[in-house]
Amino acid sequence: MTNWQHGREERQARIGAAANLASGKLVAPQDVTRLLEAVMRPGDRVCLEGDNQKQADLLSGALLAVDTAKVNNLHMVQSGVVLPSHLDLFERGVARRLDFAYSGPQSARIASLLFGGKIELGAVHTYLELFARYFIDLTPNVALIAAVSADRHGNLYTGPNTEDTPTVVEATAFKDGIVIAQVNDVVDELPRIDIPGDRVHFVVKSDKPFFVEPLFTRDPAAITEGQILTAMLAIKGIYAPYGVQRLNHGIGFSTAAIELLLPTYGEALGLKGKIASHFALNPHPALIPAIESGWVKQIHSFGSEVGMEDYIRARPDVYFTGPDGSLRSNRAFCQVAGLYACDMFIGSTLQLDLQGNSSTVTASRIAGFGGAPNMGSDARGRRHPSEPWLQAGREADPETSPMLRRGRKLVVQIGETFGDRNVPLFVEKLDALALAAKLRLDLAPVMIYGDDVTHIVTEEGIANLLHCRNAVEREQAIRGVAGYTEVGRGRDAKAVERLRERRVIVRPEDIGIDPLDADRNLLAARSIKDLVRWSGGLYSAPSRFRNW
Amino acid sequence: MEDLTFRHTVPASAAGTRLQAIVGVVASGNLEVLAERVLSPTECLFEIRTAAEGFREVWTAVIADFVQRYSPGGLKLSVNDGGARPDTVALRLAQALRMMETGR
Repeated sequence: MTNWQHGREERQARIGAAANLASGKLVAPQDVTRLLEAVMRPGDRVCLEGDNQKQADLLSGALLAVDTAKVNNLHMVQSGVVLPSHLDLFERGVARRLDFAYSGPQSARIASLLFGGKIELGAVHTYLELFARYFIDLTPNVALIAAVSADRHGNLYTGPNTEDTPTVVEATAFKDGIVIAQVNDVVDELPRIDIPGDRVHFVVKSDKPFFVEPLFTRDPAAITEGQILTAMLAIKGIYAPYGVQRLNHGIGFSTAAIELLLPTYGEALGLKGKIASHFALNPHPALIPAIESGWVKQIHSFGSEVGMEDYIRARPDVYFTGPDGSLRSNRAFCQVAGLYACDMFIGSTLQLDLQGNSSTVTASRIAGFGGAPNMGSDARGRRHPSEPWLQAGREADPETSPMLRRGRKLVVQIGETFGDRNVPLFVEKLDALALAAKLRLDLAPVMIYGDDVTHIVTEEGIANLLHCRNAVEREQAIRGVAGYTEVGRGRDAKAVERLRERRVIVRPEDIGIDPLDADRNLLAARSIKDLVRWSGGLYSAPSRFRNW
Repeated sequence: MEDLTFRHTVPASAAGTRLQAIVGVVASGNLEVLAERVLSPTECLFEIRTAAEGFREVWTAVIADFVQRYSPGGLKLSVNDGGARPDTVALRLAQALRMMETGR
């Protein structure tokens, strides 16, 4: 007789090995390392919940302390490599292989561990792509997750930062894996159930709340005139003519400027109700003035944002909230929403090459992709029409019959021609190529491929790549908005003028924008305190953003 | 620190009658521009003191574009630069010119 239940039996054996450490499902914090030694095997695939924002920090610390004779060579499959302890695992030999999506604050160290051979890299993914692989070939044996509270049955309340948890638990629990949750509290009754208890095998009450990073707060005080100018160009030159209502914003200052210009500049242009009404977006504090002014109908979120909890709770018409009143976020669903139901992605990047390929990788940093490549790409499986999508499709391919023509998602890269410390945004060759050669990767880590980018906005103007008919035109269109960077100064001035006549390149004055009007007084809020005021005191800014 | 000087001959004088204007601030990533109407109507002069070295080519390009676009005849423009980006430089120069013209 063939045994069809190896996985189930294995799980039972592992849970049995930890039985003496648990009272019901509850395990004391000081026993967690022993719990992990009991349920893990060398080479296991482990998802240590490191999301974009919330971190299972207690479990991460406990895993780091395991006896490496018992637990070693783990294959970490986690979306965010964010905490120092996530990488200490590799230094200590607890883990060896890594598949991930985002590494923001650890981007420099992850690169040095890769160069030093301490990490064996599987691949750098987008969030949705890594989640997909959880169900096909990267299913975790053990998931270490974070929640706000649990009851004695192991039911979990994740609060506003649900993020990746349902996806991780789904893949692990239903394929014979073990789910261990750290919680801030164990209570008799949960405010709501985000994860049913029959999917959770062990619960640990942490002494301090799990770590959450306020990643999406941009202080309006730091927005420059150049960013305001690019924001004006985007609103008048892209949002308005395409009538973009359903969209996702990146996290940079240029998009924060757009959010803060909607109730002022956007209002003056008569665009209220015509653009920017439905978002796949984290709860950006910078969007508060637009929400309060009645611009925004609906927002679905990947995660939450520290300080926005009470504001969200008071605005359930706008946000997705649970029966307890607090936000319900879900990264996988929101990524799908951004891919299939949004007509535009607009965000910044660190480098753009002559064909519009973009990358946030520099020679010594691997920041990962997060969600941008998914947000910023055309969904080839999309079938429902919408005006912006059809218009972009028409511009890209005027020849094909309308009934058979694909639409196009608007994928907009926005930024100033020079970034921090005068580093140019435009380059002849991406640093990602040098990095790929050094690490012998099969693919250079390109965040958004040039053939997905439809527009580039800088303080010099807008390049509409949909109108470009060949690689030469494309290159000159990009050079034509690259300002005083070497790439920009290397333009063929006559070719760029011809592109301008065809409206492939649009200068501020071509659409009635005077760069001298790009003034900070246009921002609906000019400080974090202004945002608090707009929210009627409901937004509680994290201390690092308070100067009062 | 690097000192750069550019002298251009232009077809027309800068509009307005104001004799002097100052815009911007000396700060990291920013710059201060002092405009003075002290030259003949077909002359203009830029005296740049910058914290960032090795950007002569970029300054040459930024100033040439500015001169071609605005014909700021009669003006001496003194720039005190804290390593501002070229687009910020272009904006401040334009702001200085507007202030000479309209007083705002």
